[in-house]
Amino acid sequence: MNQFKGQTLSWELKDGVIELALHREPCNEIGSLTLEELEKFASAMERMQNQAHALILYSTMKSGFCAGADLRELYQGAQGMEKQGAARSVREFLERIHKVMNAIDSSPLTTIAALNGVTFGGGLELALVCDLIVADKMARFCFPELRLGLIPGFGGIPRLKRDLGNAVVRDLLLTGRSFNATKAQQVGLVSQVVGEGESLNAARGTAAQLGKFDRRTAIAAKKFIKPIPYEDLQQEIDIFCELFTQPAVEAGLKKFVESKDAQPYLP
Amino acid sequence: MADDKKTLEEILNLAAAQFKVPREKLTADDDFFKTLGIDSLQALDLLTRLEHHFNVELPDYELQGVSDFRTLASRIQARL
Repeated sequence: MNQFKGQTLSWELKDGVIELALHREPCNEIGSLTLEELEKFASAMERMQNQAHALILYSTMKSGFCAGADLRELYQGAQGMEKQGAARSVREFLERIHKVMNAIDSSPLTTIAALNGVTFGGGLELALVCDLIVADKMARFCFPELRLGLIPGFGGIPRLKRDLGNAVVRDLLLTGRSFNATKAQQVGLVSQVVGEGESLNAARGTAAQLGKFDRRTAIAAKKFIKPIPYEDLQQEIDIFCELFTQPAVEAGLKKFVESKDAQPYLP
Repeated sequence: MADDKKTLEEILNLAAAQFKVPREKLTADDDFFKTLGIDSLQALDLLTRLEHHFNVELPDYELQGVSDFRTLASRIQARL
């Protein structure tokens, strides 16, 4: 299936480049429907990768690339369940999304995240599976999970630790603050910062350049330089599920979901 | 003090232009969420634009509870 149009995302293979577009209102929050469609994509990607050299992930939402997990769905799903049951259900979700993330992370394609606006939590974790990150100057990065009594659960900490210094991980994780694309480039997270609304064009230009190289060499280079931190990823799931049963999480999610505050995305 | 005033003026001009509100309708003590009619995602957009405009880094926890232009200006001024 070289082309797909779903409710939360779409993809198309053209001229050796797969473009995966996220388009769920308001800001591509990742819930069960997005996960199902991401799983479909991961299967399709395996079939398409012999005809492609690059994958671009981007958002059609003006608000941003992705605001992270669908916290409303997470909160509502846990209501009426006993804590251990809710934790089991969360673990199942995490294991499924980790499979998708690992498939993109280890794909033989060269992968590019083309970012705009809000790239928070699970959205940042999705960007981090890509080999290159191109961001427009309005992109903003954050791991807000500690505000909810959690840690990032889609593989963000191990991947950020793999790609950047531990000090950057601690800053983002422990303060819960957000920073802009210029700062993200300074710390090595982003490879190119471009003008507002230009990240997809820049990613397409980069993908065209990648197509000039020998595929076998590019695949070998990626495999050599980008190990998948499987042990840390598994540990992250375990810690997340353990924390998920704590009262602070229910309180944090409730506060977010029921907030009438104009600033639920701010710390 | 003169710098504070200049910073405030630049914020008001930028907010008016970005959110298409007549500049004369904005005052220093306005609640910008209400006056600009913005939500938290748009507030982040404003924050990013201000960081670029003033070439500063504004940790968002420093802006917790800040909703008027005057206080916002003083937070930015402290980082210049």
